This record gives sequence, structure tokens and C-alpha cells, in this order.
Amino acid sequence: MSDIHELSKLLQELEDQMVTCMKCGMCQAVCPLYAETGKEMDVARGKIALVENLSQEILNDPEGVKERLDRCLLCGSCAAACPSGVRVLDIFLKARAIITGYLGLSPVKKLVFRGMLSNPKLFNSLLSVASRLQGPFTKTVNDTLGSSCARFMSPLLQDRHFIPLAKTPLRKQVGRVSSPPGPSGLRVAIYPGCLVDRIFPRIGTALLDILKAHQVGVVMPDDLACCGIPALSSGDRPTFEKLVRTNLQRLENTSFDYLITPCATCTSTIKKIWPAMAEYFSEAEQRAIQDLTGKTLDATEFLADTLGLGTDELVGAGPGLTYHDPCHLQKSLQVTRQPRALLKAHPGYTFLEMNECDRCCGMGGSFNLQHYDLSRRIGERKLGNILASQAAVVATSCPACMLQISELLSKAEAAVQVRHVLEVYAEALHADTAASRAADGEIAAEREAVRS
Amino acid sequence: MLSQTVIREFQQVLGAENVMTEEADRHAYSYDSAVLEPVIPALVLRPPTTEALGRCVRLCSDNRLPITVRGAGTNLSGGTIPSKEQGVVIVTNGLNRIVELSVEDLYAVVQPGVITAHFAHAAAEKGLFYPPDPGSQTVSTLGGNVAENAGGLRGLKYGVTKDYVMGVDFFDTNGELVSSGSKTVKCATGFNLSDLMVGSEGMLGVFSEITLKLIPPPQAHKAMLAVFDSVDKASETVSAIIAEKIVPCTLEFLDNFTIRTVEDFRRAGLPVDADALLLIEVDGHPAEVEEDAAKVHDICLRLGAREVSFAETDEQRDRVWQARRDALPALARLKPTTVLEDATVPRSKIPAMVKAINEIGAKHGLTIGTFGHAGDGNLHPTILTDRRDKDEFARVEQAIEEIFEQALNLDGTLSGEHGIGLAKSKFMEREVGLGTILYSKRIKEALDPHTLLNPGKSFGA
Repeated sequence: MSDIHELSKLLQELEDQMVTCMKCGMCQAVCPLYAETGKEMDVARGKIALVENLSQEILNDPEGVKERLDRCLLCGSCAAACPSGVRVLDIFLKARAIITGYLGLSPVKKLVFRGMLSNPKLFNSLLSVASRLQGPFTKTVNDTLGSSCARFMSPLLQDRHFIPLAKTPLRKQVGRVSSPPGPSGLRVAIYPGCLVDRIFPRIGTALLDILKAHQVGVVMPDDLACCGIPALSSGDRPTFEKLVRTNLQRLENTSFDYLITPCATCTSTIKKIWPAMAEYFSEAEQRAIQDLTGKTLDATEFLADTLGLGTDELVGAGPGLTYHDPCHLQKSLQVTRQPRALLKAHPGYTFLEMNECDRCCGMGGSFNLQHYDLSRRIGERKLGNILASQAAVVATSCPACMLQISELLSKAEAAVQVRHVLEVYAEALHADTAASRAADGEIAAEREAVRS
Repeated sequence: MLSQTVIREFQQVLGAENVMTEEADRHAYSYDSAVLEPVIPALVLRPPTTEALGRCVRLCSDNRLPITVRGAGTNLSGGTIPSKEQGVVIVTNGLNRIVELSVEDLYAVVQPGVITAHFAHAAAEKGLFYPPDPGSQTVSTLGGNVAENAGGLRGLKYGVTKDYVMGVDFFDTNGELVSSGSKTVKCATGFNLSDLMVGSEGMLGVFSEITLKLIPPPQAHKAMLAVFDSVDKASETVSAIIAEKIVPCTLEFLDNFTIRTVEDFRRAGLPVDADALLLIEVDGHPAEVEEDAAKVHDICLRLGAREVSFAETDEQRDRVWQARRDALPALARLKPTTVLEDATVPRSKIPAMVKAINEIGAKHGLTIGTFGHAGDGNLHPTILTDRRDKDEFARVEQAIEEIFEQALNLDGTLSGEHGIGLAKSKFMEREVGLGTILYSKRIKEALDPHTLLNPGKSFGA
């Protein structure tokens, strides 16, 4: 363990950012964790004070500070509402990395991040084994949601209801995709993200359907790595850097107009976190990051803004369809209109807003794993709002939120479907035109072929 | 360090999760929103019930531990910074129940940790109105508002927190429950102890329940924005509106520096060459609102406003108030440290005060943006600095002292709505005189002989 002076010196790098926090406490109004616990060290102001005091050696408990820093959803609600514009997430992620560098990464995380995640090939083959093995150990508990729970007492799964790994990941279903720009004149690279690839390939195929229907050329490499946020939020900056580099390399010789992703968290990581961490990369890499960041869009943003799809009018009729704003789209990127425009285009649903549609669902990535009880308590409020809306379908644009919301609904034994905006839009597209009905058949056949 | 025996006693009363002893937890309760040095408490308690609160106070008393009560910690004068020796912070945000809300009798009984905006919302749901709206209302607690006599934008017409306090039940320094006030409009029973509690900054008792007055809401409102080429003209307009017997519910002022900063921040099309903006809203019966709005419009033009525009839609109204809401965030982004003052003068003295603030800023080479509640003379000179720059910060402290001097010279007061706390205690005597300080000290000594209730605040130790 290195010298504590070294730690405080490293943390002083963050001083310029931390000093902008005027301790006004307005973050208390929006922090979903603070709403549950009422404790100052759970809210941004308190955490910043702890890191400041650690950096000034007024406080000499790096483990204690780390533990409190880790109790955070990284939802960015505080930063979005901060009167003085403190870059809270940058501070937290950097502080986590610095303190973890000082204390060392826990053995389990070392195994997961350094041993597996940073090696996409190994990670993928392990997960493919896992997806084949999960059948005997789990059972379906809610057919509307497709959720499962453990068949036997499992220390890892506890009493969770979860969406199982897909039998065949997206990467295997569609392989490496590369098509030239069609009549639209546009070509996009798709960054599917780990959850879409492994758990929700159907979101990826929906996106491919939509792009095909609108004659947009697509490139989707089959060897992209994780965006790095799980590693970075655990303080493992070396793995994060490795993953970013891998992704930059895999995309460097590909030509595309936009990089689009169906995952809110991946979008905001690439657009906001990669540049925030740019100082740790070489100049050439920094340029590559800047270039990529400029071209990265959430898939709904690309469809609604660039292609002009969707509608702001309420035209659909039928069962209720509501939308949950993922924090990483709404707070981080201010993308709120676009997913709604795509949902409103579905003729078979009545779009309606739930209360507190932009309140965090409590997932927070690994927060859910480390603080399951708190995550569930935060989620209860979201669950209540979804049920009160009486919608038959809750759509969102982040697969991580989908996992959390599915579990909440599954445990409440609710028959509410959880779908990605792209799935709903793709369905509308097919319901819309005869031409697309043919395409539908094609895709169904494709899917059948994949299954058999 | 506190003994394990004492800590165990607190744990028995509150449950272990509500007794914070770890260093990293205690550090999170060492500050509030004032720009002051943090003080780390020895213990932090978060009572889940008012009964537990009373037992906490008694235990602190038995062990001679000084108590600082904290709501949301948004205090701007250091009133929630704990004592240096064995300080105990009692957090009230677990006491957040609205006990009663009476539509027939227009009052509510609340626990001290209820958040101001939540309470105003609950009142509005029952068709009633709780006017005090301090800038921190989305997080501040009613207990804190009463202890600091918090104000807000509606002070001119609707008054401040003290005008809505009908009763306060509190624990004295020994943990004995004291009741004061009543649920009735009239109450002439005994000393008016609830008024003594208002603005007492936690030095005379620990609030357990507060009875607050509610009023019927105005039926209509109309906002407008008036642009001026001189602060004098804007200020004369303020006086003229009042002289015309019109009392707007809000009458806010932005100086040129603030206008330019807000415009840089929001790009809402504010006139950056204007010397002053007045944001005015009248409310009441629809007919009265129409009449008052027309009169205010004419007065503004007659006294030299370059332009006056009405907000015709809710959206336009929101744009007017957005400019005001943006003032602090926009200024705060310019420099790392934001020192927000609240020296207040009679409203007719606003031009003199604004002029003095600008001169003081120029003299010390400081950036000061001034905005605030022109209608009640409560300005917020906001000094933008970097507290790490020792030389500049010394000039900031000098400037603050001169601003206070000026306010007092103009028959004003040190604090309109932020309280005295630690930040201004050394200036108290200049405003109130030694006699008042000694009288206050005797009250304190009589009611809290061991000086356990928020020591060192207001008139100092």
C-alpha cells in the first residue's frame, strides 16, 4: 500500500472540479438514493466533501470514503440539477479510480474485469457456456416479462427475478454486418452494447430492421468490446482504458456517418465519459475519441432527428404505452423527445406519460449487484408509477433499465410488458405497410432459422 | 472522543443505523452552505420519531454534549456548523410527517423535517397556499425555515416565515417538552414563546412540532418585465408602485452584470445593455389583477422604463421567472466560490445600496453581481471569487464588512433572510447595540445554563 500523501496528492487533481461545489445542497432534491436514506454521505454534496477532506488529509479513511463513493447509482440526477454545473460524475469516477488504485481492486473484480471483461473473446465464450447451462438451474416465473428465478437456493441470485441470457447472442445471430449506404446516403455503425448482444438480441434485430426499411447502410463489427463503464465505475481505470482502446481500434478503419447505440448507458459513456477521461489517452487516441464522440448518437435520436421519423402528435389508439426516461439519456444527454416521437408513431397504442417518468429506476449497473436492497427500494417508486399509469407496455431506451423494471414488475406479478422503444417502433413499421409485412416474414424466417 | 457507553445509550434510543460514529459519516455533517471552515461533529444522530428526538436531547443534556440541529443543511450563515468540542448534530429529516392539515381552520401541524416545497404542494392539493418560498425550498426543511426566519420572493406582499408560525412545540435544553402558541387565529395566553423560537437559530430549543398558518390562494396572477437604463429609475419605480397602493406579490431586481451573465447562460434574449430589470408579478382577484397590472405598466413607463412587456401565457410567465431563477446558477458558474449576501435596506434606499455595492466591488477589484427582492429591499450582492486565493478572499471579507456598514448606515439590517449564525455574529453589536446583545445573552443563560443549544451562533460565545 502506497503512502497516503500520494493518495491525497492524486486526489488534488480533482480540486479544480470539486471547488465548484458551493455546498448549496440542491442535489438533495433529486438524488434517488438520498430520498431513501436521508443521509448526507449518500448525496453528491456529501461525497464531494468526503473526497475533499481526504485530499486535504483532514480525513484519513480511504476505505470509508471509497465505500461511500460506491453507494451511488451514477444516474447523474445531481449533475443535471446542479446550479453551479459541478461535473459530479467526472469527479466520482476519477475519485473511485484514484482510491481504487491506492487500495487495490478486490480479487473478485480483478477476476471479472481484468481476467474476463477486458478480453472480449474469453468473455463471450464463457457467457455462451453460461447461457446453455442456465436452463437446468432456473425456471420461468412471468411469461409476459420472460423473467426467471433460480430453481435452487443460490447465493449469487438470491431471490432475484431476472431476464435470462439469450440462447444466441446478437453477434452470432447476425454475424458481422456491413452494407453500403443505400438511397438514404447514410451509413451508420452500430454499437450494440453488452446487454443487447447477450440478453436482448431482439433489440438489435429491431434496429437492423428499421435501418433496412429506411435504406440506411449499416456496419456492425462482431468483435466490439464493452464500453468500459462497469470497470470504470468500480475504479478499474486500466481495464476501462483497455476496452476503449480496443473499441477505437475495431472502428478505426471503418467508414460511417454516425455511431449509434440502442443502449442509453453505452451512448452516454461514449459521448460523455470517454472524453472526460481523455487525459489518460495518447494525443492520437484523444483525437479518435473526439471524432467518435462527435458522431455518436442514441439510436432513437438518429431515427427521430436525423431521419425525421416518428411524430409528436398523439395518433395511436389502443392499450396504454408509457415511457421511462433512462437517466443516461435524459440527464446526461437531454434526449427525451426522440424516443417518445417513435413510440407515438405506433398506431396500436395510446401513448401516456407516467408520473415521475424521469425518476431513476434504481438499477445503476453494478449498484444493483452491490446494494440490491437499496436498488429495489428505489425501484419500488418506479414500479408504483408504472402500475398507476395503467399502461399495458412500458417502453424505455436502455436495456439496463429494462432488466430492473422487468424484475420489479415480475416480483409484483404484474402483466405489463417491458419493451425497448426500437422494438415498438419496428413493430409499428411492420404493421404499417404491405412492403414491410413481406420483410417481416423474411425476418421471422431468419429468426426461425437461427432458432433451429 | 465519546465513550462507548454513551454511544450505546444513543443506539438503544435510536437504533444503530441512526447513530453515526464513523469518521467518514461525521465528515458529511461538518458544513452547510455558508463559505466557512468545516467543523467535524463527534456524533451524528437521526431520530426517527419526535419521542426519540426528545430522548436524544435529554441524553445530550445528561452528558453535557452541545447540540446543533440540522434540517437540510442549506444554511447560508453557518448556523448548522457544529461545535468544535464534542459537538452532536441532530438531523431532523427523518421527522417529515405532516401531522394535520385543516382546511376548515386554515392551519397545519408539521414535524420539523418536512421539506418546504413538499408542504406547499400538500397545501396546494387541498386548495390552500403556504407563501414563504426561500430559494432552497425544494430541499430546505420547515424547522430550519422557522429557526432562521427564512424569506423568499413573496416577502413584500405575503411576508416571511414568521408571519405563518402559529405555534412551536419544542424540547428545552433538558429535553422537557414545551408547548407554545395555538391552532386558533387569536391567542393571548402567556408569553409569546413561539415568536421567540422564530429566528432563534437553534439556541433556545429543539423543535418537535410546528403549527403553521395557511391562506386561500390568489385566483389570478400576471407577470411582467420592465427594462431600465438606470438603477435609479428602476428603484424609483419600485417606490412609486408601492406609493400607488399596489403591492405586487413579487418585485425582483437584476443588475446589469447579472443580466449579462444570465443571458450568456440561457440566451433567452434579455437586454444586455439594460442597467436594471424589474420582474413584477401581481396577483389576487382577476379584475384586481388586470387593473393593477395596467397601473404598474403605466407607472413603469412614466418613471422611465425603456420597455415593459406582459407575460400573456404561462410559457411567457415561466420565461420571466426563469431569468430570475437563473441568476444564482449563472453567476455561480463564473468562479469557483460564490458568496451570497443578504444585507437589506428600506426599499427607497436601493439605488444608494446598489451604487455602494458597485463602488465597493470596484475598490477591491472584485466581481459582484446584484439581484434580489427589490420590493422588500432585500438584495443579494453575490461575490464571485476563489476561496483558495488567500489575497482575494481577504479582500472579499473586507468588502462584505463594508457592505454591512453601508446597509446599516442606510437604516438597513445585516440579514434579511439568511440569519446571523457564525458568519455575521461579529457584526451584530453594530446593528443592535450592546444592550440588546447583553439582554439576548441573559435570555440564553437563563434558558440554557450549560450552553448546549447551538453554542456560538448569533451573538457569539
